[in-house]
Amino acid sequence: MSKKTDFLVGLFVLLGALALMFMALKAGNLSSFSFEPTYTVMAKFDNVGALKSRAAVKSNGVVVGRVKNIRFDNQEFKAVVELSLESRYQFPMDSSASIMTAGLLGEQYIGLTPGADEINLDNGSEIMFTQGAVVLEELISKFLFSSAEKEGSAVNGK
Amino acid sequence: MIFKSISALGAFIINVISGLGIFSKFTWELFCKSGIVLRRPRLVIEQVHFIGNHSLLIIAVSGLFVGFVLGLQGYNTLSMYGSEEALGLLVALSLVRELGPVVTALLFAGRAGTSITAEIGLMKAGEQLAAIDVMGISPLRRILAPRLWGGVIAMPVLAAIFSAVGIIGGWVVGVLMISVDAGSFWAQMQNGVDVFADVGNGLVKSIVFGFAVMLIALFEGWYAKPTPEGVSRATTRTVVRSSLAVLGLDFLLTAVMF
Repeated sequence: MSKKTDFLVGLFVLLGALALMFMALKAGNLSSFSFEPTYTVMAKFDNVGALKSRAAVKSNGVVVGRVKNIRFDNQEFKAVVELSLESRYQFPMDSSASIMTAGLLGEQYIGLTPGADEINLDNGSEIMFTQGAVVLEELISKFLFSSAEKEGSAVNGK
Repeated sequence: MIFKSISALGAFIINVISGLGIFSKFTWELFCKSGIVLRRPRLVIEQVHFIGNHSLLIIAVSGLFVGFVLGLQGYNTLSMYGSEEALGLLVALSLVRELGPVVTALLFAGRAGTSITAEIGLMKAGEQLAAIDVMGISPLRRILAPRLWGGVIAMPVLAAIFSAVGIIGGWVVGVLMISVDAGSFWAQMQNGVDVFADVGNGLVKSIVFGFAVMLIALFEGWYAKPTPEGVSRATTRTVVRSSLAVLGLDFLLTAVMF
């Protein structure tokens, strides 16, 4: 009797563990945690938009690392983003990083475009060429102002 | 007249506060006598079997149907905004964060909490607890502590099974019946559900609810009037109080966690 109880309780707990694993691997993002060795590089942006830590770093659309940390540099008044890149991917020193958006309103990620330098990025080095996030409101206001200017000059020209 | 109502109000408040004090003392004593759990784990295993295994069916079936309903309702609302792909995310997040722990705890209070209260209350009415006490065995240690820990172990397992079955239910309705794209269903879910922030906090919630429900059930049984009517009242109080405690605690935990 108690042997049977033991077995059934074991089965019950096993089922719970399976359910948790299912949630962690199939529904959650545990599978996107990688245990590859990484190295950290820095990049300074004018504007990081809605970038969050743990956002993807992609090169040509392939995930090569994750955003480790985002902080503000009070000396240069820029946002400093630390990227941890997987060690098996090496990028030239003059690679450029830009903040991009997946889809029109999707989440933001960092796109790395490799350069042509012979020296590779190393732990602690900084990516020089960066381009910040595109803020939709700024784009719209730029467009509005430029079209208003055009109309104004057209009226003056008459 | 006015004098009477004021004194009644005072008596009510004093009763509530001293009830809370008795409950805390009871909890503390129970924790102090929980050493038996490690010394005789077989007692706890028996309780996990009684509380957990026997609740498995109702939990799994409820989870499945909650998942079905979430799939249908979520699809109707999301399709208004043309974002049916987010159905997986909606189903998974609402189950893992809220519905899994909360609905499981409510069902748990109804299924396991009541039976524990009735069992303890009847033991008291039949003077079995007093007999055990006379034999020099502490009933708190021998009877109550294994039930508490059995319930605390069973509750997160049940909540995890509820959430997992619910996600499968949402998948059945969303992907198999309404034919939302399977790839984006799972991909959106994996992008949006964080293992520690969502699944982990859901687990913490279910453990807290397990403690709350089991402590209230044991407390009500322990202090039940040893009459048939007293036991029936205690059983009812278990359901009412543990449901309220679960919902109130859920609000607090959600405010702290998310």
